[in-house]
Amino acid sequence: MTPEESKTPAGNAEGTQAQAPGAETRPAAAPAARGIPALTIKNLSVFFGKHQVLKNVSFDIQARAVTAIIGPSGCGKSTFLRSLNRMHELVPEARMEGDIRLFGQDIYGKDVEPVIVRRRVGMVFQKSNPFPTMSIGDNVTVGLRLNGMRNRAVLTERTEQSLRMAALWDEVKDRLNAPAISLSGGQQQRLCIARALAVQPEVLLMDEPASALDPLATSKIEDLIRELKKDYTIVIVTHNMQQAARASDQTAFFYLGELVEFGTTSQIFTSPRQKRTEDYVTGRFG
Amino acid sequence: MTVSSKNHAYRKFKSLAMNVVCIACALLVILPLALILFYLIQKGASSLNWAFFTGLPKSAGSTGGGMGNAIVGTLELLLLASIIGVPVGVLGGVYLAEYGGERLNGWIRFWADVLNGVPSIVWGMVAWALIVVPMAAPFRGTIKSVNAAESSITVQSSAGDTQDFTVDSKTRLKFKGATQLSSLPVGADVVVWFERKGDGSTVTDSVSETGLWNLFTAKIIKLHNAFSGFSALAGGLALGFIMIPLVLRTTEEVLVLVPRSYREAALALGLAQWKTIVRIVLPTALRGIITGVLLAMGRVAGETAPLLFTAFGNSNWNHHLSEPIAALPLQIFSYAIAPYDDWNRQAWAGALVLVALTFLLSAGVRFFSRGRFQKNT
Repeated sequence: MTPEESKTPAGNAEGTQAQAPGAETRPAAAPAARGIPALTIKNLSVFFGKHQVLKNVSFDIQARAVTAIIGPSGCGKSTFLRSLNRMHELVPEARMEGDIRLFGQDIYGKDVEPVIVRRRVGMVFQKSNPFPTMSIGDNVTVGLRLNGMRNRAVLTERTEQSLRMAALWDEVKDRLNAPAISLSGGQQQRLCIARALAVQPEVLLMDEPASALDPLATSKIEDLIRELKKDYTIVIVTHNMQQAARASDQTAFFYLGELVEFGTTSQIFTSPRQKRTEDYVTGRFG
Repeated sequence: MTVSSKNHAYRKFKSLAMNVVCIACALLVILPLALILFYLIQKGASSLNWAFFTGLPKSAGSTGGGMGNAIVGTLELLLLASIIGVPVGVLGGVYLAEYGGERLNGWIRFWADVLNGVPSIVWGMVAWALIVVPMAAPFRGTIKSVNAAESSITVQSSAGDTQDFTVDSKTRLKFKGATQLSSLPVGADVVVWFERKGDGSTVTDSVSETGLWNLFTAKIIKLHNAFSGFSALAGGLALGFIMIPLVLRTTEEVLVLVPRSYREAALALGLAQWKTIVRIVLPTALRGIITGVLLAMGRVAGETAPLLFTAFGNSNWNHHLSEPIAALPLQIFSYAIAPYDDWNRQAWAGALVLVALTFLLSAGVRFFSRGRFQKNT
């Protein structure tokens, strides 16, 4: 890391990260003001074997804002999201070209551990996946505990804090020791959000977080997303155009692995520059 | 299109007939089990008493006594087998399910399946060659002196200690040119296979040149000499070998059943892969793994062939892992073919206890495989 880079907020966060992952000394979120890019993506291409899934994608994701990724199935939305915390590397033969910077720091740098990137860039999945062998409380703190946090007071505090942020605290505070799978689908998804928040990431990636939920649970998740953007940078993949319009500040439209158009959500939905974007957001295809 | 009632009746008849055939076949499958249980209880139950579970076998011909040592021995062998088979099998299964390339894993899977089909007596031979032979350790050294008058030789080991061996007429001398005791060259390197007598003296069984081949040829001829190298350890190893591929494959299968989403969730929290496996994936699959282990234990509990020349059997309590040990299948085998009514009777009782043990293991399997994975949503 160059001295110049180390002055950036990300550099500071990385410094504490290296000492004690998830330690209480870390700030609740990156001290990045709104308007500064949290993630800078330049010429990103991703391949699975010989198949190119993303083609030369470049744009900036604003900090403390919600960025929606929309597009028809198979357009590379999920792959794009996963390349932001190097989760796509779990697929054998995955390969990327280009440059992704998290607050200025290259997350694909030579000496950057994917494990550290993933602590800074958390993720919530389409299907809620709380660990079935653990209680509600243990699910929230699992990231901290398994990374060496032993301090009971901190764990207790972080449990409440994370569950409150995920708008789940009031529903589960009396049964933190109950199995996580005893919760309803919507509650499980909010539990997964709390679990991701507990390790205090700087960016939260959400891969269709509400697509398996009923409308009521979906609206709760959307309220939550609006609430969370005060502290977090959120990138959300969604199939639901109304959801993108309701919940996001910026929208990127992907088609066949290419970024067709990127802009503020209102611009994308009211005055798209590209014909394909217009066709998609008005429901003419996809 | 109409369906005549006659046709309808014929269809119903066909359906009924096939149902009857299938039910008959299903009953045929469990019939042997019912017969076995019936015979075992009829012939063995009356011999079950406190002495049978706690006592030692009586000498040939006298009545009474029990199989306490064999029951404990079987449990001990199962424990030893698990100590060897479970860690290797589980860790190997973790490798197959979580790591490794397609090609290599394909080969490992293939060979594990081949090993699953290897006759159990072959595993006994492997354990025999690996443990029994080396443990019946010969004395290696150089001939220090030959005392033809007393039919003995003194051999000095490389560590410096010397030992005298009585050489009786049955001793085989496999030495270049030397067929007589007196013609053994002093100062030559030798391997002396010997047997300890009850009075503490030793008798040489063969004196041969050093060399790997002699290790095998000498001992194969010497197999009839009981109590040389047979041990609980060797028996446990033989059974452990049988368990490894079984545990390996079942562990892999249950780990693959753990949804990918749990692994992804853990990795996305910034957990290292090994931590994800140890703390998230393995606990989720624990019931399945225990089921696989119990199944493998049930399979080896009744094995007789691999114990014949490893654990060997023992009419007394086993006090050390390096000594022969009694086991139920061995005891049943020797009692069943013995010409004494009381032993035959006890063999039935032993078989009943063995079946009860495997039944208990199966019950454990049922218990642990119940609700292997809780519903996620």
